[in-house]
Amino acid sequence: MSTTTITASVTIAGETVPRVELTPVAVDLLRSLWEEHGPLMFHQSGGCCDGSSPMLFMADEFITSDQDVRLGQFDLAPAGDPAQPLDFWMSAEQFNYWSHTFLTVDVVPGRGSGFSAEAPRGVRFLIRSELMTTMTPFAGTDQIEADAEAPPAQATIPA
Amino acid sequence: MTVYAVPGTPGSKVTFKSRYENWIGGEWVAPVKGQYFEDITPVTGKPFAEVARGTAEDIELALDAAHKAAPAWGKTSPAERAAVLNKIADIIDANTEMLAVAETWDNGKAVRETINADIPLAADHFRYFASAIRAQDGDHAQLDGDTVSYQFHEPLGVVGQIIPWNFPILMAVWKLAPALAAGNAVVLKPAEQTPVSILVLLELIGDILPPGVVNVVNGFGLEAGKPLASSNRIRKIAFTGETTTGRLILQYASANIIPSTVELGGKSPNIFFSDVAQEKDAFYDKAQEGFVLFAFNQGEVCTAPSRALLQKPIYDSFLGDAVTRAKKIIQGNPLDTDTQMGAQASNDQLEKILSYIDIGTKEGAKLALGGERADLGGDLTDGYYVQPTIFEGHNKMRLFQEEIFGPVLAVTSFTDYEDAISIANDTIYGLGAGVWSRNGNVAYRAGRDIQAGRVWVNNYHAYPAGAAFGGYKSSGIGRENNKLALGHYQQTKNLLVSYSENKLGFF
Repeated sequence: MSTTTITASVTIAGETVPRVELTPVAVDLLRSLWEEHGPLMFHQSGGCCDGSSPMLFMADEFITSDQDVRLGQFDLAPAGDPAQPLDFWMSAEQFNYWSHTFLTVDVVPGRGSGFSAEAPRGVRFLIRSELMTTMTPFAGTDQIEADAEAPPAQATIPA
Repeated sequence: MTVYAVPGTPGSKVTFKSRYENWIGGEWVAPVKGQYFEDITPVTGKPFAEVARGTAEDIELALDAAHKAAPAWGKTSPAERAAVLNKIADIIDANTEMLAVAETWDNGKAVRETINADIPLAADHFRYFASAIRAQDGDHAQLDGDTVSYQFHEPLGVVGQIIPWNFPILMAVWKLAPALAAGNAVVLKPAEQTPVSILVLLELIGDILPPGVVNVVNGFGLEAGKPLASSNRIRKIAFTGETTTGRLILQYASANIIPSTVELGGKSPNIFFSDVAQEKDAFYDKAQEGFVLFAFNQGEVCTAPSRALLQKPIYDSFLGDAVTRAKKIIQGNPLDTDTQMGAQASNDQLEKILSYIDIGTKEGAKLALGGERADLGGDLTDGYYVQPTIFEGHNKMRLFQEEIFGPVLAVTSFTDYEDAISIANDTIYGLGAGVWSRNGNVAYRAGRDIQAGRVWVNNYHAYPAGAAFGGYKSSGIGRENNKLALGHYQQTKNLLVSYSENKLGFF
């Protein structure tokens, strides 16, 4: 049976719509890395060389705090198997600017990734983004550059 | 115009070895586990050398060598260490073209930049810190008639350094020069995207340094970087990279109670006030160039001026002129001295840039230039090239908030001074910024009001030795490029001396 997309459970209080998903190729890679390393976690990085990409660590390797938001939890386990929970985290200050977007974790050929666990495989996790219909983009923005088109109102969350 | 020959072909300035080992204790040492990885040149997307895939075992060997070397190196006089650093600088200068071509092949950047910036700046940084360590005094205070407090600078001992791939040699030198000047031994891990050029430099300067004073272990972050950063055998860890890894490094440092300096990226505003355009003169031309500097080094600079803020009255005209200018950027073979923009450093970097162009479009930003991968054809067709790209939008878009690390500029407008500062500071970062104005009072105030460690006023992207460089906010901790950096590699020893014969009288 071919692998399918996995959507994260909702972990932010008061929310009802998922925020993160894994492409099938990401699911396969994560299952393989789980076999090699055991339980895992994602923390979405900010900028610089290897940044603006999700970092994959051994679970609890990266200490999260109140300064982080847990966007969702994946269960990597195939149906019927014991759960393999994998949390997706982001710093709260970064989430302030990302909260209107739905994130898809994909995999591309690549080299190097800070301390992220997939690098020795010659691949790199990558974030693809969609606007969320349930969020108000740019809330509080009172001045939008006149030349810029308004954001599309009806972007959809991919199935 | 010159087109440098491809490394390893007749007439080339550099021929790479087919395999590079780790540099440990003054020798080339094969990795303990015997594994290697391929170094890919972004120029063509093809591998050109094998590099040691170091692991914790290799890091331990390097730490052994560093600990063996550190005591004697730390006792050398500042004059002796300065002489070594100056000799290294002379050798770099004597091999500028060779090192520049090696760097271009490893990283993908245009050779005119490596020849005129990366390599000469590397030499100058060694000279600066050679001078700085000789000029550094300790201090003393006479606390009362018989009591004197003396303060001495002492090296930390063995330090770890993790280097980014955007200026592989220069960023290594930014960290090596102050560490060595201060008398430390170093274990250095280059980025796995650009592992070779620093080894080419080591081939030239390796025998000038006592064995073990500088050790280089290549490998992946998880396998070699983490064992170094988390080791209890280092007295300091320095890192340039991104925020999540920076936090992890700081966590490891806290476990060992050692200092850490981290330089962590930015989203630097480049502010153009209306008076810039009051004349179409040399200054206007300079400001236009300052706008287009977003494409310098393919945008792969932590301080890239990736947000341009234009005052409303000049928004259309200034942007129109700047887009015209950016259209003329010459993208091509990085080994051609006429090329102004080379290749992105890796395939995943290319993919990440394209993903940000995608979200920018979805967020409703308006594309003014570029927006696609560039296929340069021939041997370069598989290289990692992106068109210079300019978007118009507003500061809440992710395009304006995330460091893309590519030739992608986000442009918006502002009404007045307060609006400019408010937009400039509406970011989690605070590394660089630019202010352009003919009014010195405005430029000065803006420079002071922007929350960033480096504000260029009426210029951009200059990195002279002596000018302190480092971040505010989430852009990191510490300063490089200035004698302040010596303090990041030194302990303070206080000798509190009583010259009195009389007892305290307590017991």
